[in-house]
Amino acid sequence: MSSDHLTRRGLLQGSAALAAASPVAAQAQAAAVATPRRNGGSAMMPVELTVNGREVHLQLDPRTSLLDTLREHLHLTGTKKGCDHGQCGACTVIVEGRRINSCLTLAVMHDGESITTIEGLGTPDKLHPMQKAFIVHDGYQCGYCTPGQICSAVAVLDEIKAGIPSHATTELNDVSLNDAELRERMSGNICRCAAYPNIIAAMRDVAGEKVA
Amino acid sequence: MKTFTYERATSVQAAAKAAASVQGARFIAGGTNLLDLMKLQIETPTHLIDVNHLGLDRIEKTDGGGVRIGALVRNTDLAADKSVRQDYAVLSRALLAGASGQLRNKATTGGNLLQRTRCTYFYDTRMPCNKRQPGSGCGALQGMNRSLAILGVSDACIAQHPSDMAVAMRLLDAQVDTMGADGAARAIPIADFHLLPGDTPHRESALRPGEIITSVTLPKPIGGTHVYRKVRDRASYAFALVSVAAVFGKDGTARFAFGGIGAKPWRTQEADAAAKSGAKAVAEAALAGARTTHHNDFKKTLVERTLASLYRQREARA
Ligand SMILES: Cc1cc2nc3c(=O)[nH]c(=O)nc-3n(C[C@H](O)[C@H](O)[C@H](O)COP(=O)(O)OP(=O)(O)OC[C@H]3O[C@@H](n4cnc5c(N)ncnc54)[C@H](O)[C@@H]3O)c2cc1C
Ligand code: SF4
Ligand code: FES
Ligand code: FES
Repeated sequence: MSSDHLTRRGLLQGSAALAAASPVAAQAQAAAVATPRRNGGSAMMPVELTVNGREVHLQLDPRTSLLDTLREHLHLTGTKKGCDHGQCGACTVIVEGRRINSCLTLAVMHDGESITTIEGLGTPDKLHPMQKAFIVHDGYQCGYCTPGQICSAVAVLDEIKAGIPSHATTELNDVSLNDAELRERMSGNICRCAAYPNIIAAMRDVAGEKVA
Repeated sequence: MKTFTYERATSVQAAAKAAASVQGARFIAGGTNLLDLMKLQIETPTHLIDVNHLGLDRIEKTDGGGVRIGALVRNTDLAADKSVRQDYAVLSRALLAGASGQLRNKATTGGNLLQRTRCTYFYDTRMPCNKRQPGSGCGALQGMNRSLAILGVSDACIAQHPSDMAVAMRLLDAQVDTMGADGAARAIPIADFHLLPGDTPHRESALRPGEIITSVTLPKPIGGTHVYRKVRDRASYAFALVSVAAVFGKDGTARFAFGGIGAKPWRTQEADAAAKSGAKAVAEAALAGARTTHHNDFKKTLVERTLASLYRQREARA
């Protein structure tokens, strides 16, 4: 099962890498999937995004969430749909440097902005340190929540570095890195397999801290 | 989701004007509440006016020594703002107790104030709900209403106001600044901003058609010890069953505001006046007129115990 999983991932990564190497082809592909469809009356709107460093031009029904744009229109299926209502975090991506739930926002609202998805953080050949740490520490079982967990985890370490407080911060002006902080900050990412302790271990590893 | 058209507003007044003139138009800020409800067709706007690019995302000092918080300031940024952490810590704390890191990165000051109830019958379109569909009845009154309100409720609706941020703003006597479709500015004390359900639970705020929130102004800092205690079913990422925002003065005076129990962020003069008499007296004063059901009666006890815990914590520190 796990080799299946890797193969499928590898294929997806491969096609994402191919697309990235050939912007013309990528745009042609984007244009092809975005041919106007029957949509019950909403006029299509042009949307320009920079996704994982690659510019994409789309024509979208304004109802299209950022999540559906990534998955259905750009075929970046690493980002997952769990609840589609902001309740699970599976759809977490990084927009203009900040993590958000891509299910609760419209692509048209992000026209002109930069988006990083799990595919943009690293590739199987060149893993992001957080991806590597999730593997080393067994930070997942089924893997469904994992892309969202990893995007969130990367952003959480940045938020702590930037001194942004959390509910677990004892003194509002003294933000530190500890397990309570990481758990609280990661609470927007639900894991049905309960890989939580290993996710915290992976994050501490990347942060350069001894695992408690 | 029903179809709609979308525009990016280019000025505050243009946004207000468009909202007043297009039937079924709505502002969209973070979208974390509106889009959630649109997916369920509880909200069905025909036109969305995106107010994210109007320069309403700044936090500034006012001449009166307070702060003006732009309506589009994100919850994360407001909680992390240096002067808010310093002088209005209860507001930082309330914000950080709400939602998740991802949601706070999107959620805005104006949108948070106007977020709609989490009553499960409001969310279930197969059930009657006077707020969602005026005159259809209230599914919650005889239903599973454990999380719903016990103060300010009516026979038509017992929905709770879900915001944490608004409770702290109520405590701090904030004022909601708006602009109408005619370009006129208005300042609404937060006490008058949220409406009680009465016979018209679908009417939730004092805003007029097209009126846009431009900022929220906090009066000058009041000092004291700021606390926000939220009690919920899990330790994070859950709405309040009961929350208490409090500022304790050195002289034994205090002020209190409550979340999770009111049809709107709840504050009474009587509760503040009882501060020196302790948790039980404050709870009794705050809960005057409470109307509970079999399922949510526990909230009265929880209010008193939450207050008692705050008092104990305060004594331990003193
Ligand atoms: C899973 C989940 C958990 C949550 N947990 C909590 C919690 O624990 N505590 C809590 O307090 N909140 C919680 N929230 C709610 C969250 O705080 C709100 O969704 C958010 O604050 C709304 O802000 P927004 O900018 O996204 O609003 P939007 O969704 O953009 O707008 C909400 C409403 O406000 C109107 N509006 C927006 N801006 C303006 C303006 N400037 N002028 C006039 N009208 C305006 C819109 O038309 C709309 O009707 C949670 C949400 C989710 C999805
Ligand atoms: S309590 Fe209010 S929101 Fe809930 S079902 Fe009744 S009318 Fe609707
Ligand atoms: S899919 Fe977006 S939070 Fe669950
Ligand atoms: S690894 Fe299965 S849901 Fe998290």
